[in-house]
Amino acid sequence: MNLLEVKNLHVVLAEDNEEILKGLNLTIGKGELHAIMGPNGSGKSTLANVLMGNPKYKITGGTLKFMNKDISRLTADERARMGMFMSFQHPQEIPGIRLRSFLISASQSAGSRDPLLKMSKEIDKLSLELGLESELLDRHLNLGFSGGEKKKSEIVQMNFLKPRFAVLDEIDSGLDVDALKSIALSINGFRNPENSVLLITHYQRLLEYIEPDYVHVLIDGSIAVSGGKELAREVEGNGYEGIFGSLKGA
Amino acid sequence: MREEVFLDNTKFDFLSDTKYRFMSQRGFGESQIIDMSKRKSEPEWMLQKRLESLKAFNVSNKPGFGVSTESLDLSRIISYLDPDSDKHRSWDDVPQEIRETFEKLGIPEAERKSLAGVGAQFDSEIVYQNIRKELEELGVVFLDMETAVRKYPELVKRFFMKAVPPTDHRFAALHGAVWSGGSFVYIPKGVKVPLPLQAYFRMNVESSGQFEHTLIIADEGSDLQFIEGCSAPRFNDLNLHVGMVEIFVLKDAKVRYSTIQNWSKNTYNLNTKRAIVEEGGTIEWISGSLGSMKTMLYPTSVLKGRGARAEHLGITYAGPGQHMDTGSKVLHLAPDTSSLVDVRSISAGGGWAFYRGFLDISPRAMNSRSSVQCTALMIDNESRADTVPIIQVMNDAAEVGHEARIGRLGEDETFYLMSRGLSESEAKAMIVRGFMEPVSRQLPVEYAVELNRLIDMEMESSIG
Repeated sequence: MNLLEVKNLHVVLAEDNEEILKGLNLTIGKGELHAIMGPNGSGKSTLANVLMGNPKYKITGGTLKFMNKDISRLTADERARMGMFMSFQHPQEIPGIRLRSFLISASQSAGSRDPLLKMSKEIDKLSLELGLESELLDRHLNLGFSGGEKKKSEIVQMNFLKPRFAVLDEIDSGLDVDALKSIALSINGFRNPENSVLLITHYQRLLEYIEPDYVHVLIDGSIAVSGGKELAREVEGNGYEGIFGSLKGA
Repeated sequence: MREEVFLDNTKFDFLSDTKYRFMSQRGFGESQIIDMSKRKSEPEWMLQKRLESLKAFNVSNKPGFGVSTESLDLSRIISYLDPDSDKHRSWDDVPQEIRETFEKLGIPEAERKSLAGVGAQFDSEIVYQNIRKELEELGVVFLDMETAVRKYPELVKRFFMKAVPPTDHRFAALHGAVWSGGSFVYIPKGVKVPLPLQAYFRMNVESSGQFEHTLIIADEGSDLQFIEGCSAPRFNDLNLHVGMVEIFVLKDAKVRYSTIQNWSKNTYNLNTKRAIVEEGGTIEWISGSLGSMKTMLYPTSVLKGRGARAEHLGITYAGPGQHMDTGSKVLHLAPDTSSLVDVRSISAGGGWAFYRGFLDISPRAMNSRSSVQCTALMIDNESRADTVPIIQVMNDAAEVGHEARIGRLGEDETFYLMSRGLSESEAKAMIVRGFMEPVSRQLPVEYAVELNRLIDMEMESSIG
């Protein structure tokens, strides 16, 4: 069954109507992990934000379906409650909000009736697994977190909320090798035949630790080329210019 | 979480079917004042003070800043309403309708659980006042102002309207003329009151005014926490609240004064609060200004003695139709004094929050320190926020820090929280609660809970 179906998607920035996605197609099946690579400015982050329903972007054409349902008009929270999740390239810093209590509220909004203590212990356990210091759970959200701590916090959130579909936007940026490995390990642990992952990354580095089922290269707002995991190595070897150039030449 | 002592906004909005012994004629004239003074069996000196205040009022000008008082027709306001109840020390003796009002507001319950004493005012008069026996035995005085005028005339003469004289401003003069009710507190030398004292003020009649006077004297080395709460049902016509709080913090004493103001949104709240702090003393003002249609309130700390300290923490919420002009004033008059001001405002649904601050470091206040932070958060494009902090430093051995910020509630933050499954109103309420947190965590816990609940409701209704 297809979990996500994106057909001929056109997206503009709401602020100035600049078109960023120009007829993008992408189908992700249950249990699959897809990686999207692409140069800066190709529209990778826009895609992640549009999938999650960021009101800064406007869909001007095409279709966007999740679990066979048109979600293009749903708000971010409605999408989240259907089982979508996004990790942010630059997670927001919000004073006065604590990760632990925020996650518990989010889970309750999604209908969880688990006892607070149970949820709290689960959050502790997930943080411990990722090597995220538990004192950060009770500090202001992302304030004063290092780059690595912010990304780990995103993955803790994913593991706690257990989405059906997770878009991870440059989860690997700003990480040292150890943090990269532990995050990759955690993403591998998250994968199962029931859920799907879309990894958005600039570099092939992360894909040394996570094996994708499919790799797509996004150039100038649409998928330029798709393939298996070997495509990632090709990109690394030839650069986006090389691939883009060979496509133009073909 | 502890049991819900305080209730949501809709539950403040009920009317009690109460009998009154006396209601004065509308407006503010000499005859009303003489009548009132007679009914209170006041000594002549207090009547004279009232009449002097009336004179000051009659020649006073409108403030010339702050909220517009154009729609406030003083000739329509009933200045004095005497409910048909004596002052009691037991809730059982308070007439049923009035007792039920305060029960709905959770006051007797809070008293049993967490307070050292309670004064409850219904319209113009205190109907209940009590303090725990053991504190009374230590010499702590907690009385309604009228009784204090009779029992402690020397103390009242020495301190009453000495921090804020009637000539201070128009509404101070009006207050001096028709003040009624309020609390008198005296904490003897070295006595540390372990639990807060609380006063609760309730208005129950349309077009009425409430003018309670709170006078607190914390003698040397004493320690007191005082909590003030207020509410009224919503009427079509205006209500007026012109209260006054005077606090005298003597040498090395400490007073924390916390307020949650939740008047109904037809109320003009023109309040004056001032503390005079002697050597080594500390005053802390914790203010939540949520209700009323228009508010003017600038708690003031006069740091008179060497090493005196002031802390002003405030949250102001301006929702639809509200204009909240709030702020703080700190006067450093002596060396080694210090102050900290952290006030935050939230405006939503077309509300207007105006911060007005004044910090004065006088030539004598060598080696004084002050930090002033005012932050405004606007929830939407219709709302307004202004900050006007004035800082005057008259010596070069003072250390002053200042930060002012006005911001709009961020779409990126909201989207981030919504992507985890929180609705827009939940997400915004969470951000607003986070914004208030440094101040709200200083409030008594049940007030913090109440504040958070009010914010949740306001966010829900503003998003619709």
